[in-house]
Amino acid sequence: MTPSAKLSVSGLNVWFGSSHVLHDVSLDIAPLSVTAIIGPSGCGKSTFLRCLNRMHEVDPSARMSGRIQLDGRDVYRGDVDPVQLRRRVGMVFQRPNPFPTMSVFDNVAAGLRLNRIRGNYAETVEACLRRAALWDEVKDRLQESALGLSGGQQQRLCIARALAVEPEVVLMDEPASALDPIATTKIEELVHELKERYTIVIVTHNMQQAARVSDQTAFFYMGNLVEVGTTEQIFTNPKEQRTEDYVTGKFG
Amino acid sequence: MTLLWRRLANHLATALAAAAVLVAVIPLASLFWLVLSNGVAGLSLQFFTSRPLPVGEQGGGVGNAIVGTLYMVGIACVFGLPIGVGAGVYLAERGDTRVGRVVRFTSEVMSGIPSIVVGIVAYGLIVVPMRRFSALAGGVALALLMVPTLARTTEELVRLVPHALREASLALGVAQWKTSLRIILRTALGGIVTAILLSVARAAGETAPLLFTALNNQYWNFRPDQPTASLTVQIFNYAISPYEDWHRKAWSAALVLLILVGLLDLLARFLARSRLSRKR
Repeated sequence: MTPSAKLSVSGLNVWFGSSHVLHDVSLDIAPLSVTAIIGPSGCGKSTFLRCLNRMHEVDPSARMSGRIQLDGRDVYRGDVDPVQLRRRVGMVFQRPNPFPTMSVFDNVAAGLRLNRIRGNYAETVEACLRRAALWDEVKDRLQESALGLSGGQQQRLCIARALAVEPEVVLMDEPASALDPIATTKIEELVHELKERYTIVIVTHNMQQAARVSDQTAFFYMGNLVEVGTTEQIFTNPKEQRTEDYVTGKFG
Repeated sequence: MTLLWRRLANHLATALAAAAVLVAVIPLASLFWLVLSNGVAGLSLQFFTSRPLPVGEQGGGVGNAIVGTLYMVGIACVFGLPIGVGAGVYLAERGDTRVGRVVRFTSEVMSGIPSIVVGIVAYGLIVVPMRRFSALAGGVALALLMVPTLARTTEELVRLVPHALREASLALGVAQWKTSLRIILRTALGGIVTAILLSVARAAGETAPLLFTALNNQYWNFRPDQPTASLTVQIFNYAISPYEDWHRKAWSAALVLLILVGLLDLLARFLARSRLSRKR
């Protein structure tokens, strides 16, 4: 492992029941960088992402082996509480999932309230909405239901909600796949800005998106990490034939 | 020829369906009419505010029975709501574990127990050791009836909450139990309130479980350890009496009960509808 890595994965295997979905994956993620995970559907991208903050444990049939380190500390050691881990490693999902019973403001403040973190909520909410590039659009409707926002706005609201608990790493599981092109562009610009404060891992099956937003790209295929390298190298000079076939659109 | 036959068959089927609806509505309509026409004459302010008087005395009312019914339904809610709703949430979250299966099986069996048997159980559990009939025993009997239906409807409503919301909350570093209570239960709450109102309305109309738990009381009572009047048992007592005046009072009390239950139903429907329209 590189000593400076924010996240270091080595020898990761994951099973759901009897199906072996990730095979011996090893990958380092540098701090304050964007890593894109690409690959065809069902190749284990999302599972890999979920292992990073132990969200795969929501499925009781999941088992894993191997090691994942955050700042050099194993996140699967017995004394690590997954609840605490998820505050440091936040997550944004494929479909916008704001809390339907809460206002815009309460959605962003939800992580603070539910975790009983004290502080100036108004300040935090504004800061997070600004960071999620949503403040100007919602500042006059903070008390309205979050369901009144458009899909793209809802997704940025979910990003703001994730940022409010001050994570160090933000995992994004195809955050733009349910959105229209304009909203997608906004999310991509946002990823670029968030990089200054957060380490980002983004799953996408849109290769142009991976090429636009990421510093490092990892190509997964059938549960294996086929190749990882700088985004430029993966897209212009891949070492593996399968990577080349995928990024040039021959399959997938 | 076939066209004519089809039209004929169509009309015939429509007529049969209409007749079936009519047959179903007649008992309902006649029930309302009977209770209304027999009961409305006896209604007066005094009927709602005073207690029953001995035979032969004019006036008197079922005020103490109205309060008693509400009081015992209240006691039933204190015991029944946390257990019923809690069991429902548990079933929705952990329903496929061994304990979950036991809980589900128990609640299914419980929902099939006749209400008179529930009354006997409450008699054995509370009346015998306390050596007296009480509002507490009546409330517990009603709670035993509420729990299984409440558990099942709560389970279904909680299961309707999208999985994505649970994940959103867990990903914020919120503990599992807090996610269940503050996010999942909160999201399903509108529907659960409706389910609670309907089960309260059902409990308010129960007679059998109260017969030998709360018994009855001709006087005002607000103590949980004393026999307590209820509308249903009061109706029963009035109806089986040989006195003309008491029969009229039974009708009036039945009308009051019908109105009470109807109001609860209406409120539940109103809440359910406003919840749906908010989502649109």
